[in-house]
Amino acid sequence: MNSDLLHGVPADTITRREVSYDHEGETLEVSMGPHHPSTHGVFRMDVKLEGERIVRLKPVLGYLHRNHEKLGEKSTYLGSIPYTDRLDYFCSMTNNWAYCIAVEQLAAFEVPERAQYLRVILAELTRLQNHASAVGFLVQDMGASGTPLMYAFRQREKILDLFEALSGSRMMCNYMRFGGCRVDLPAGWLDQLKVLMNGFPAFLDEFEKLLVSNEILMARTQGIGEVSAKIAINAGITGPMLRAAGVNYDLRKVDGYGIYPRFDFKVPLGEHGDVYDRYMVRVLEMRESVKILNQAIAQLPEGPILDPKAKLRGFRPKAGESYGRIEAPKGELGFYLISDGSPNPYRYRIRPPSFVNLTVLEDMCLGANIADAVIILGSVDIVLGEVDR
Amino acid sequence: MLAGGILKGLAVTARNFFESFVSKERLTTVQYPDERLPQIEATRDFPFLVYDGPDAMAGLRCVSCQICEKECPPKCIFIEKSTDRKPDAAGKLQFYPAKFNIDISVCMSCQICVEVCPFDAIKMDVEFELATDDRFGGLLLDKQKLAKSNEYYHRIHPTEANTVDGKLAAARAKVAAAAQPKPQVAAPAVAGSEVKA
Amino acid sequence: MNSVQYADQIFVLLKQWLVSLFPAPLQTAVGILITVVTIICVFPALFAVTTILERKGLGRIQNRYGPNRVGPFGIFQPIADGVKALTKEDLVPANADKIVHFLAPVMLVIIVFLAYAVLPMGRNMAAVNMDCGLLFFFAIGSATEVAVFMAGWSSRNKYALLGAMRAIAQMISYEIPLMLSAVAAIMIAGTLNLQQIVEQQAGYSGILPHWYVFTPWGLAAFLLFIISATAESNRSPFDLPEGESEIIAGYYIEYSGFKFALFFLGEYLGMFSISAIAITLFLGGWSAPFSFLAWIPSYLCFFGKLVAMICCFIWVRGTLPRLRQDQLMNFAWKFMLPMSLFVIASAVCWRYAESWQRWALSLVVVAVPYLWLGHGMMNNRKLEQRVYRYAE
Repeated sequence: MNSDLLHGVPADTITRREVSYDHEGETLEVSMGPHHPSTHGVFRMDVKLEGERIVRLKPVLGYLHRNHEKLGEKSTYLGSIPYTDRLDYFCSMTNNWAYCIAVEQLAAFEVPERAQYLRVILAELTRLQNHASAVGFLVQDMGASGTPLMYAFRQREKILDLFEALSGSRMMCNYMRFGGCRVDLPAGWLDQLKVLMNGFPAFLDEFEKLLVSNEILMARTQGIGEVSAKIAINAGITGPMLRAAGVNYDLRKVDGYGIYPRFDFKVPLGEHGDVYDRYMVRVLEMRESVKILNQAIAQLPEGPILDPKAKLRGFRPKAGESYGRIEAPKGELGFYLISDGSPNPYRYRIRPPSFVNLTVLEDMCLGANIADAVIILGSVDIVLGEVDR
Repeated sequence: MLAGGILKGLAVTARNFFESFVSKERLTTVQYPDERLPQIEATRDFPFLVYDGPDAMAGLRCVSCQICEKECPPKCIFIEKSTDRKPDAAGKLQFYPAKFNIDISVCMSCQICVEVCPFDAIKMDVEFELATDDRFGGLLLDKQKLAKSNEYYHRIHPTEANTVDGKLAAARAKVAAAAQPKPQVAAPAVAGSEVKA
Repeated sequence: MNSVQYADQIFVLLKQWLVSLFPAPLQTAVGILITVVTIICVFPALFAVTTILERKGLGRIQNRYGPNRVGPFGIFQPIADGVKALTKEDLVPANADKIVHFLAPVMLVIIVFLAYAVLPMGRNMAAVNMDCGLLFFFAIGSATEVAVFMAGWSSRNKYALLGAMRAIAQMISYEIPLMLSAVAAIMIAGTLNLQQIVEQQAGYSGILPHWYVFTPWGLAAFLLFIISATAESNRSPFDLPEGESEIIAGYYIEYSGFKFALFFLGEYLGMFSISAIAITLFLGGWSAPFSFLAWIPSYLCFFGKLVAMICCFIWVRGTLPRLRQDQLMNFAWKFMLPMSLFVIASAVCWRYAESWQRWALSLVVVAVPYLWLGHGMMNNRKLEQRVYRYAE
């Protein structure tokens, strides 16, 4: 990648640190290889170092490529839903929802009220557990020997127990269907959820106390890995990374998909776009998710959970194309489907947020120390299942 | 003040340390395999075939319609239809599977086979300790290994099993009523006014 | 001697009795041998206890059990670890400098053991009662850095060398605040002899002890000493040279098996000895915390304080993330060094002022620079608590 010109953007908008190319010393070429404790999956970075500073960084992907899009063309529409679970394997519910939105656009299904509320509840729970893990892993990469990670996972386990009670599986939920949800809430699920929500603000307070005003954390994350709003928009970055750069773009407000316009929540914005902002935006988003959840639980109506027009087998949507997108915890997750009237899609394409957010990795890391590269990668919050599909 | 945040962090850690001795909330480890978590009712691991009654092969509900084989996303089910028929769970004479193999090294527990089965014949089991060192067949479950009784189904998924039992009882009642000899009726004058039971 | 004194001096009496069993020409040699063997047995045993304490302590902090399979509550885990270390294959890189590669861990352990010679572990229980005991200790402490560099150099591995250079830069930078804060205690005590420093702190006014840590300059000096001690032993939050610092896993990347265990042992023994010096200089050595507790044997007080300090190290390790190398050096040179100079000034005020004025003066001389330097450090790197806005 030629680092003098950046996505066709004029040089004065590029946030760059001083990188000297006239140093005659040898550059050390290191491959932070696929096996690595801190790269969040099988991901490789070919890094050229001068002393401690990075002068080139090339991300190498594809170690987890599993032919998802081709499989989508071979499977039926229903048969692809379990495969979407395995894309961003932390957030299977939101993956299902995005795909279902795309197919519902093709087939013009209408989702009943109760199913809409259930979808929102599960999506926000997914967001909570994803952000908690992301923040935990970020601090773990900084060497805090796993303590905040264990606290985050303690809460995440409770959410996963809820997922298991509802859909049968902790992570690969396979829960949404075209036109609604697969199965209704079992007895006692809502009470368990209310107990969890009552305890969540206390957990968030404890988490923040452990981390937010910690000087070492601030020194390690403030001013590191900055992305300006202009670069973020030009590179197509979405999600908490974009909002940390100060751009007000949250699909829940912009598109208003599902029934999000009925809920009262705010979108936190950062200013500098550095690692600290991204991480604080995630913590604040967790608080907003708790608010949404409380409102949704209170307003949950009775009723059917599946559109009566939807059928499981022999589903042939009309020919056409659709793009369904949602605000997944990592960014804008989109599914682009072209249907030719047969039971299998003609083209099945995923817009993965982690992959697009990774394209600016080199620009964020140039001039930084090697120790910061890992932290910057952690703040992008990637999951290789989504990056490589 | 410098180091104020660090001190707050140290206080949180100390609190967790001391509370881990008194509260279960702060020490969430379950020491598997000595202790196990109670099974959550809706858990799904790998499929199994339900049979009613004492005889596994005779009471098998599966009628070899092969819908699950077609819908399975990773195509891990292999069914061979039989040539004769036997009564199914509702009482009608149907084909049955001569061979029914599921390769659980391929199965991804998506549970679509359960959703599409019209006869409530295949359901999700909750057993996951299936590791074996037999590479060439240890993970290929055949009809004998897959067949488990309805009582077992009631034990692992009581709510679901009750609903299914209700449905099957209704189906059986319908089939039994259809098998009753029809009451004597005057010769139908017009075709189509036959009494349908 | 009454029973309290018997209990206190029991090891001294035991040694005297054992020595008396041998003929006169051999007695000095036997005495030295007994002391050396005791030290070599006690401190590695403490090391074993510390490893299990650390793993279980970190586990409890993280809401989980630590190791609990080997023996009741996992207390035989160090034995299992020892067996593992001994039976692992000993790989030496093909083009490494074999002699230096072998000597580095051996040297580290030997040098670290030497430092234990001057520690007063109880009343009359220092192995060698040197008049310049503290100077000897610091000299030995600096010699451990040679062993670290030997390890990095002999591996003929770019990454090991870089790791070793980082480690040495860190250790050298933190030597200065370490020694300057010790200088404050030396000034007030007036001697470099560790036994006498402890004896000066062993008095009581009322029930409160005369420990230096209970004075403003003493508290500041103690904190500086402890932070430098953490950096010297490469413990979190200063463990970048040895932590998973991404690619450079440290100067002992090429070591495996028993030699790796020796490095580990050396590092922990260094931590113990420097904590012991901190206890001697600031926490009153082997003297009891309150006058009504003076019946507790002195070695129990000493080891109790040592274990408490180890627990604090473990606590800090479980909480704080790592500092980056340049931030670490910044911290040493721009904050710790000026603070330690101010602490010396504060000690001077303490020495030459009277009654409540000396408390007020030494407190001010320590507190004002701390707030000023701390503020400066946060501002310098533009660290701030940010306020986030919400979109409309």
